[in-house]
Amino acid sequence: MIKWVMAASAATTAGTQFSWAAAPAAPAKGYGTDPDLIKKYAAGDCWPLSLSPAEKATATVLCDTIIPADEKGPSASSLKVPDFIDEWVSAPYPGHERDRVIIRDGLAWVDAESQRRFQNEFSSLVVRQRHAICDDICHLPDAKPELRPAARFFARFRDLCASGYYTTPAGMKDIGYVGNVALEKFEGPPPEVLKKLGLA
Amino acid sequence: MPQIDPDKAQAQYDVIVVGSGAAGGQTAYTCALEGAKVLMLEAGRNYDPEKETPMFQTNADAPLRGTSTPDKPFGFYDATIDGGWQVPGEPYTSASSEPERKFWWWRSRMLGGRTNHWGRISLRNGPYDFKPRSRDGLGFDWPLNYEDVAPYYDKVEMLIGVYGDNHGLENTPDSPRGCLQPPPAFRAAERFGQHHGKKLGLPVIPIHRAVLTEKQDPAVLPAKIHPGNPRAQRLLADSMRARQACFWATPCGRGCSIKANYQSTTVHLPPALASGNLDLISDAMAREVTIGPDGRATGVVFIDRRTGKERVVKGKVVVLAASSGETVRILLNSKSTLFPQGLANSSGLVGKYIMDTVGASLGGQIPAMENLPPHNEDGAGGNHAYVPWWLYQEQLAGKLGFARGYHIEFGGGRQMPGFGTGAGLENITRGSYGRKFKEEARRYYGSFMWFAGRGEMIPNDDSFCDLDPVVKDKWGIPALRFHWKWSEHETRQAAHMQRTFADWITAMGGKPRSQPLADGAKAIEPGGKIIHEVGGAIMGSDPRKSVTNQWCQTWDVKNLFLTDGAPFCSNADKNPTLTIMALAWRASDYLLAGLKKGDL
Ligand SMILES: Cc1cc2nc3c(=O)[nH]c(=O)nc-3n(C[C@H](O)[C@H](O)[C@H](O)COP(=O)(O)OP(=O)(O)OC[C@H]3O[C@@H](n4cnc5c(N)ncnc54)[C@H](O)[C@@H]3O)c2cc1C
Ligand code: SF4
Repeated sequence: MIKWVMAASAATTAGTQFSWAAAPAAPAKGYGTDPDLIKKYAAGDCWPLSLSPAEKATATVLCDTIIPADEKGPSASSLKVPDFIDEWVSAPYPGHERDRVIIRDGLAWVDAESQRRFQNEFSSLVVRQRHAICDDICHLPDAKPELRPAARFFARFRDLCASGYYTTPAGMKDIGYVGNVALEKFEGPPPEVLKKLGLA
Repeated sequence: MPQIDPDKAQAQYDVIVVGSGAAGGQTAYTCALEGAKVLMLEAGRNYDPEKETPMFQTNADAPLRGTSTPDKPFGFYDATIDGGWQVPGEPYTSASSEPERKFWWWRSRMLGGRTNHWGRISLRNGPYDFKPRSRDGLGFDWPLNYEDVAPYYDKVEMLIGVYGDNHGLENTPDSPRGCLQPPPAFRAAERFGQHHGKKLGLPVIPIHRAVLTEKQDPAVLPAKIHPGNPRAQRLLADSMRARQACFWATPCGRGCSIKANYQSTTVHLPPALASGNLDLISDAMAREVTIGPDGRATGVVFIDRRTGKERVVKGKVVVLAASSGETVRILLNSKSTLFPQGLANSSGLVGKYIMDTVGASLGGQIPAMENLPPHNEDGAGGNHAYVPWWLYQEQLAGKLGFARGYHIEFGGGRQMPGFGTGAGLENITRGSYGRKFKEEARRYYGSFMWFAGRGEMIPNDDSFCDLDPVVKDKWGIPALRFHWKWSEHETRQAAHMQRTFADWITAMGGKPRSQPLADGAKAIEPGGKIIHEVGGAIMGSDPRKSVTNQWCQTWDVKNLFLTDGAPFCSNADKNPTLTIMALAWRASDYLLAGLKKGDL
């Protein structure tokens, strides 16, 4: 948030001679400063989505490589996380354009790397092959110098994937959030929690 | 809320109130319930929290998972309309291009103003806070004492509903029996922080917040709040019955459709409207106060935002409560032959001595809180605990190197996931993905805590606002221009905050998430960022050295009152809004008495 404001204020100041505008004017193309807060939004409701079908296919498999189904929760794609990533990289706000470039370049790199190593697109690889690629880029400090951009992409993609997943009702359940329900009383942490914290 | 068409405004009101937030809401409430005819002008749009609050929506229901954007800087569901760090068509400027000398001004344009989304932390100023200069020679003393304000703190607490309790700590006032609502139980992180804070001498106690933890008692409170006024008692009792107690879910920053927390739109305005004494016009942007030949205020010129047309309304008394910056702006824009440098400005002090709160923060990761059994920690939609300033003796002994104190707001744990949950774990997890990542996301979720210091700024000559010579808003009204500078008292305090937070995190066996900053100038948030801006028309006992008297009445114009934060002549570490409301109530009692006597 602060980053965008700083970047944009440099532009707005050019017009005023005697003073510096403190922060940028809000952009015109987003959902605006008075959106309907009650409505439920789906990806694509506020601005058009922009990933190609091929990019989406790669993103979908990558999402599920990062967040597969397990005993606690479903896979990322089954909760439409790829649609959220598409919404994110297509958004008209400052900062999203940068992510759009990172994500699209990264998805293209993943497919090219799949072709190079396994002569197939990423979405057609078997799990072992997919992991072979991801293992090389999943931790920036361990990535080879030539793989750093791909590792940066992976970190951003994983963060977006996690944000998209853990905010859904099933994702919230998966991570162990049990609130957002009206209660009669609030009694604080249960005994087993206090015990674990050494406070019982 | 019921509105009147500008054409239907009465020819003359007893009181015109500009602004509908904490200050305007309290002023209109007091005046209307005590029988005065009141017109309220609000620049923003009409707003109905009962219908418009997204209570149980999850972040997945919002665009971009509800994260902040320039359109909604505090997130999609934040109860701020047409506002934030910028208001479309209503610019403000900073005189300096240096980032540390800029001022950030948060506004909203909606009925109820910022009270729809504020944090609801409601701390009383203590006795020292009204006499800071007498204690350390800096800044200004107020022309009143804690004892003058205390009865109004009592009334505001009973009216709006504030949870908390009493600990008899220095300069941290207790409330009389029956004023406060019971405090909620601490969450795991708050209890853990309390336990380990003891080693550092940090007194972790229940915070005071404007949330009903129980239903208010309509049989008892109205009689205490409006003694001798049965009609007001009845209206208030009805309003109290319409408010529910908190149901321990849904973030307060979205507003509260069940009216369990305080917002002007759910607490002040409904009974004031029910009295039949309040007319409300939204989309009414006040431009200036009109003045008669005798130098008294006669009314207000406003712009109807829907039509762009200018209109005039008349009142015996004019109250500006548009938030301190806007109130200053209206005064400076109300120029006339009688008042060539702006209204009520014979002292030349309108715009001077603006203040914000000193802010610095640090996050920590606490291994002991990893993998806790899932449990519901939503609570009252905000903090349950805090640390009041605890180093009065050390400061008195000259051990700290800065003059005033801060309190600590802190928390953490298993809040509703938002954009960023499960993200940024790479450094801790060494880049895991797949099933391992999911396990680690569960493990670390709930193990993060945050700590924010909120400290007192001393008013200084370099922090003020005036009219920008060039920039105007979309109606051609000159914009406000800010000048800002922190002194070493504030930056040293910010560095002290960082050390305290790092020590506290370490005492809990945790690790700070970033390097604590030893340089206070880097640690301190920019001016305005804490959104506690006050001052700009300070009160005092000498008309040459202040803009208003202790009743928020301007020295120069007898029937003009400023009931927002503008008359604050110091800004204690305690968040300002409870004091704004207490002083607005006190000023309203005074002006009502003046109206009755025919003085105004
Ligand atoms: C996110 C956030 C958290 C906060 N948390 C806390 C907290 O925990 N505790 C605390 O004490 N304080 C807190 N504050 C500060 C608190 O919101 C303000 O102190 C309080 O709202 C001030 O009340 P006010 O009536 O002066 O201003 P506002 O509530 O801003 O109301 C002013 C109203 O006047 C209207 N107005 C402005 N100009 C004009 C004009 N020319 N004509 C007509 N109408 C006009 C505005 O549209 C607005 O509705 C917080 C603020 C924010 C933003
Ligand atoms: S936490 Fe309680 S007071 Fe806050 S919005 Fe929810 S119900 Fe209302």
